[in-house]
Amino acid sequence: MDLQIDGLNHRYGDMPVLDGIDLRIESGRIVCLIGPSGCGKSTLLRLIGGLEQPTDGAIRQVGEPPEGCLNPLTYIFQDFALLPWRTARGNISLVLEDHGLSERETGRIVDDVLARTDLSEFGNAFPRQLSGGMKQRVAIARALAVNPAVFLMDEPLSALDGQTRALLMDDLIGLWTREPFTAVYVTHNLQEAVRLGHKIVVLSRRPGRIRDQVAIDMPLEDRSDAVAELAQIQRRLWEMLREEAQAADRELADA
Amino acid sequence: MPDARTLAGRPVAFRGGGFAPRPVGPLGPAVFIVVIGLWELGSQIGWITPLILPAPSEAFAALAYLVETGEIWLHLEASVSRLVIGWSAGMILGVAVGFSIGLFSIARSGLVPVVAALFPIPKIALLPLFIVWFGIGEGSKIATILFGTFFPTVIATYGGVDNVDRNLIRMGQSFGLSWLSIVRKIVLPGALPAILSGTRISASIAIILLVAAEMIGAEYGIGAYVLLAGNLAATDQLIAGVAMLSVLGLVVSWLIGRAERYFLRWRS
Repeated sequence: MDLQIDGLNHRYGDMPVLDGIDLRIESGRIVCLIGPSGCGKSTLLRLIGGLEQPTDGAIRQVGEPPEGCLNPLTYIFQDFALLPWRTARGNISLVLEDHGLSERETGRIVDDVLARTDLSEFGNAFPRQLSGGMKQRVAIARALAVNPAVFLMDEPLSALDGQTRALLMDDLIGLWTREPFTAVYVTHNLQEAVRLGHKIVVLSRRPGRIRDQVAIDMPLEDRSDAVAELAQIQRRLWEMLREEAQAADRELADA
Repeated sequence: MPDARTLAGRPVAFRGGGFAPRPVGPLGPAVFIVVIGLWELGSQIGWITPLILPAPSEAFAALAYLVETGEIWLHLEASVSRLVIGWSAGMILGVAVGFSIGLFSIARSGLVPVVAALFPIPKIALLPLFIVWFGIGEGSKIATILFGTFFPTVIATYGGVDNVDRNLIRMGQSFGLSWLSIVRKIVLPGALPAILSGTRISASIAIILLVAAEMIGAEYGIGAYVLLAGNLAATDQLIAGVAMLSVLGLVVSWLIGRAERYFLRWRS
């Protein structure tokens, strides 16, 4: 299933946040959204997943979601959004409970996604017992459980320390190489973007417009050895962003 | 020129610590024992005249007499049943209204001013009115406790619902959970800590109102017993009654503590 965004405008009151966004999110590929802080990239992600209504323009699903898909557009949040009163298993089964699955089927799905995220022994742990990285793994497992058509990832690694971030990045790449998924990945970290993105969309400062789209054709699994090439792309992206970030940084918050 | 001490170095003086009070095990009970012991001693050697304050042993004897005659169970049964019925009805209604204020705009704008206007009224002042409405029997007593516990529960509940992490609710919506599922599985457990700490306040209010209500037209009940003792100047019975109230309060607070530990075991 592809996503097609046409002529998207969004404003909060009188303040335009997004302006004339046209974007295609192709099946089986990862699109990274980067831009200076406050450029509306997270807003765009909320619009794509239907958590907010665009002022103007259309976001359409093209084609059918995969078989057995329970929630086509599924988020992975920066703050994990795990229920502290449920165990890892409970947090995953939460999103299955409304679908009238049998207890055995639910159990099978939960076991499967826990295994895929290497969490099998932590099923009965509460979120407070888990490190940040493990919490985000639970959140990824929860997203996998509904077999989404498109993952919407809102800075999923930003709340983690550098080492954990590297580990989880490897996990995401591993998940994708085993079974390619479609994702929109919002980040402010250029290194993450060049590591994971098939297409990198650069947004300008507010009101967010698409400044450029950079395609990276190198397969994800080869990228860990291609440091020099990626660094070059990263530099190009930074040159594009630098001015925008500087200007955005000097804006008054309520202007 | 540096002397020998400077060369050897001075230890860095410790200046942190403190500001972290911890419970010291047996100190609480010890304070009780010391206070009651001094009181008994004062009564025995005549510092405290029995007319002003009876000795703890006398109050204990009055209590023992109550147990012996079996009258204590009549008082306790009357009081506890009023407390349980009035308080649980007030809690149920309060949680229901608190949830509707927390969830629906119409309920919020319509009911919050009403709650704000009625909450500060001492419900004891309404007791004569309740007697006219619900009769001198159980009805007026239960109504007093119900109204007294209802308002603090409403306020605690909608405060709790307001404080549920909106990101968790968005998460529920993003996974397509039904409205009812979100309320049951996200909002209710998220508001539970606030609701349970509200029960502590409403339970104390309930006990205060119970005694006040029992002082009007009740045959049995701890309040009636205390009132009668006061009228007869039987201060030993009065202290025995007050001690029963204190124990009742402790038991209720212990039960709430147990409930908190069970329902909030997911917290550290």
